[in-house]
Amino acid sequence: MRGYNFAYLDEQTKRMIRRALLKAVAIPGYQIPFGSREMPLPYGWGTGGIQVTASVLGPDDVLKVIDQGADDTTNAVSIRRFFARTAGVRTTTRTTEATLIQTRHRIPETPLREDQIIVYQVPQPEPLYRLEASRAETRRMHALAEYGVMHVKLYEDIARFGQVAISYDYPVMVNRRYLMAPSPIPAFDNPKLHRMPALQLFGAGREKRIYAVPPYTDVRSLDFEDHPFRAGRAPRACGLCGAVDSYLDEVVIDDRGQRLFVCSDTDYCAERRAAGHVGAEGLAEAAE
Amino acid sequence: MTDETLLSARRLSLSFGTIPALVRVDVDLWPGEMLAVVGESGSGKTTLLNVLSGRLSPDSGTVWYRDPAGRLHDVHAMEAPLLRKLHRSDWGFVQQDPRENLRMGVTAGGNVGERLMAQGARHYGNIREAALDWLTQVEIDADRIDDLPRTFSGGMLQRLQIARTLVTHPRLVFMDEPTGGLDVSVQARLLDLIRTLVSRLKIAAVLVTHDIAVARLLAHRIMVMQRGVVVETGLTDQVLDDPQHAYTQLLVSSVLQA
Repeated sequence: MRGYNFAYLDEQTKRMIRRALLKAVAIPGYQIPFGSREMPLPYGWGTGGIQVTASVLGPDDVLKVIDQGADDTTNAVSIRRFFARTAGVRTTTRTTEATLIQTRHRIPETPLREDQIIVYQVPQPEPLYRLEASRAETRRMHALAEYGVMHVKLYEDIARFGQVAISYDYPVMVNRRYLMAPSPIPAFDNPKLHRMPALQLFGAGREKRIYAVPPYTDVRSLDFEDHPFRAGRAPRACGLCGAVDSYLDEVVIDDRGQRLFVCSDTDYCAERRAAGHVGAEGLAEAAE
Repeated sequence: MTDETLLSARRLSLSFGTIPALVRVDVDLWPGEMLAVVGESGSGKTTLLNVLSGRLSPDSGTVWYRDPAGRLHDVHAMEAPLLRKLHRSDWGFVQQDPRENLRMGVTAGGNVGERLMAQGARHYGNIREAALDWLTQVEIDADRIDDLPRTFSGGMLQRLQIARTLVTHPRLVFMDEPTGGLDVSVQARLLDLIRTLVSRLKIAAVLVTHDIAVARLLAHRIMVMQRGVVVETGLTDQVLDDPQHAYTQLLVSSVLQA
């Protein structure tokens, strides 16, 4: 696209961000401050993720962008088009074809490979944010690994509800050292973070922080020995493809309270349907 | 300094501008001993407590702490992480206002269990059992374990603070007027509790109070301060029955008899 540098950001900015990314990869789970730039969309719309993607994107990359697992939502389409126009890279909706995946709040169902990079959009990088208002104090807590207060939160949940009541952005311990907020992915996706072969990069534009999890890093969700972490999902099968192992979206389909559960990961669902799997709704439609 | 003291300080001096808060104060504390620091408001008692516990730096003088392995540490030369760790495990601090030391939005059980969790305890059942045990020891009804401290009375809050502090079996506890602001019968119950716990668990304590009666009841040794200077020090009974310094005599004679 004329008048713009490759992937929109100037080379110096990309270099600054890459330096921050290197530091982040060197200290898994630790938040690195960076000079978040003014982007052509406001805070809260994925500027952090876009800046990280722009900094690591190369002309031979194949880019996939998803929003809550879907390639076809307005914002996923916008961001994908943004990079198509400013970088001229190939884009795809297929997880297996992508070399770089930018995601808002989900990890694809298809396991990622060593040659892939996943970039997460992060609203709030500080996992202790709700428990400790002072950033100076949270920085000290991270430095001294004083995370007792987070376990107090888990204790309180179990005392009050019988189980931990965190359903997304479930805090994790990275490399047995730093407490990290994995972005608002559902707790169901947390196990995928552990020893993932792909490089995981996290960008928070408004909060101006970058962090990373290198490939094959230990990432464990916080829990108690006698109340181990459970990855929750709706006990249903996808109505379109019949999958019982993917994270499902619950869709209200009429005003009589009828619900349809479908795979949140649109690519995963499409692949399964292309392979011949059919869910209950799919069968009903075929019968009509 | 002898071989056996748990905490020692020499020539502590601290001024707030021109106001002398501490003037060449020496302190010695032996394991399992309770030392009371008495004096009127502004005598430097709380300042002394803060300097001894490392929360405030003196202008001059040193504070040494002997850890369980017998090693001496200069409290003010220690690295911040080590000092913080000490405060969470070996040391305790009981504030006059328990609300400053408790998490008011966290249940009683969570408050008591926090220091255990901070030390790495990861078994919910065990933590809860320890919390129940301590609530019973401080005479709080076990049913209240899941209640928020907002629903507790002043005396209960103070007892909860004590449970929260003692759960990690600290060897040294700093107490800043723990019974201040409580009415007499509640105060009596609390003093009895402190006395029992401290003697059973062999905790050393530095107790700051302006109430001579509290000092007489709880402390083995007493230090009388006036305007930052230690005017008299010795065994509690000796000092209170036979005060030598004029100020001590004034304090003792001022106590109202019930």
